[in-house]
Amino acid sequence: MEAVSNAVSLRSVVCLLGRFPALAGVDLRVRRREVVLLSGPNGAGKSTLLRVLAGLLPVHRGEVEVLGADLRSDRRSVRRRLALVGHDTFCYDDLTVAENLRFAARAAGRPARPAPEVLARFGLSGLAGVRHGRLSAGQRRRLSLAVAFDRDAELLLLDEPHAGLDDAHRAELDMLIAAAPGEGRTVVLASHELERARALADREVRLEAGVVREPAGAPA
Amino acid sequence: MSLVREALLVAGKDLRIEARSRVTLAQIVPFGGIVVLLFAFALDPARGNLPRVAPGLFWVAVLLAALMALSRSFAVESRNSARDGLRLSGLDGSAVFLGKAMAVAAQLVALEAVLGTLVVLLYDVHVSAWSVVLLSAVAATAGLAATGTLFGVLAAGSRRRETLLPLLLLPVVTPVMLGATRAFEAGLEGAPSEAWRWIGLLVLFAVLYLSAGVLAFDALWEEAE
Repeated sequence: MEAVSNAVSLRSVVCLLGRFPALAGVDLRVRRREVVLLSGPNGAGKSTLLRVLAGLLPVHRGEVEVLGADLRSDRRSVRRRLALVGHDTFCYDDLTVAENLRFAARAAGRPARPAPEVLARFGLSGLAGVRHGRLSAGQRRRLSLAVAFDRDAELLLLDEPHAGLDDAHRAELDMLIAAAPGEGRTVVLASHELERARALADREVRLEAGVVREPAGAPA
Repeated sequence: MSLVREALLVAGKDLRIEARSRVTLAQIVPFGGIVVLLFAFALDPARGNLPRVAPGLFWVAVLLAALMALSRSFAVESRNSARDGLRLSGLDGSAVFLGKAMAVAAQLVALEAVLGTLVVLLYDVHVSAWSVVLLSAVAATAGLAATGTLFGVLAAGSRRRETLLPLLLLPVVTPVMLGATRAFEAGLEGAPSEAWRWIGLLVLFAVLYLSAGVLAFDALWEEAE
């Protein structure tokens, strides 16, 4: 029952980076269609937690369920149902914007959509034929957001998604995040832009030194 | 999506990247050509040694250039953490292995065509049995691509990846070098009957490493950091 109602369920999760415990016993539940903000200082474990949820980092102790499935046994199918925006774009320098989008869509098992719709939403219309390697930092960030939102993912994992965006595209991203629960999506968002992110989130979870320290008054 | 379709998607992506960056055309093929040329200078064509040692020199040149193509195949995945994007896509690791091996094999075929032409022109080589030469080249290329891709992902998990790949790969591909050289010698001398056991070895090696790659690549791909 818990697996059905929770998009994310972590119990005493430990993740070691080398010998360093980047996550040192994290307990966290995120309900479906919830927008949760992960806050905390640099090195608190926010990015590590998002990568663990995406199945990109191993869990050394504890249990992780994502979208009702055990990540260890069902990693491939879970990954198809989530999207991660990280510090890097996950794109290829020598492919164009449109080619990177098409490849990501086809690799996820979906037919490539008509590019104009996706490109226009993220202000990439004039850049469809430009190689990723020639994009500015802000344009790269918009492309990585376009790839993520184009996946129709049930779970969106966003690591500092506003970084590098201009005001207009920050506002556009805010609208997409705000609309996500209505589209059946769950969002876990890590950000240092707390004022902006708190306005989008249903709940804030604070991480410190790899452990959850919920702000006073927040639901457990 | 079937395994084959996923593999073709990955191969197409890798080949498109190579076509755009022109690293194969502008660096790897010229490097192989320089190696062939250096051997010619070192062994002095006037002595008449070159036709005799041409098969071995050809495959050594191919192998050295192949190391560059293999390193490149995994280098494009490390830039911008593209490898993570590929893992997140949910593509089958076996398909990634087959796709990457196919793309490397396609580059090796182009490389072998150019180096083969150079060897014929510079080393004064005459091919007597083309079928043997072509068949052994196909089997050796498949073996090199499969082994290189499998060991490429092993090396990609190391901080010393650039130097580790040759160290891991060169001893392992000794049977390919031996089989391909002997089969080529038989093809040049017009003795195809002597080539079959070497071609058999090459096919066995290719099948073995293709199977190992399909089975093991996913776990290695997930572990590589």
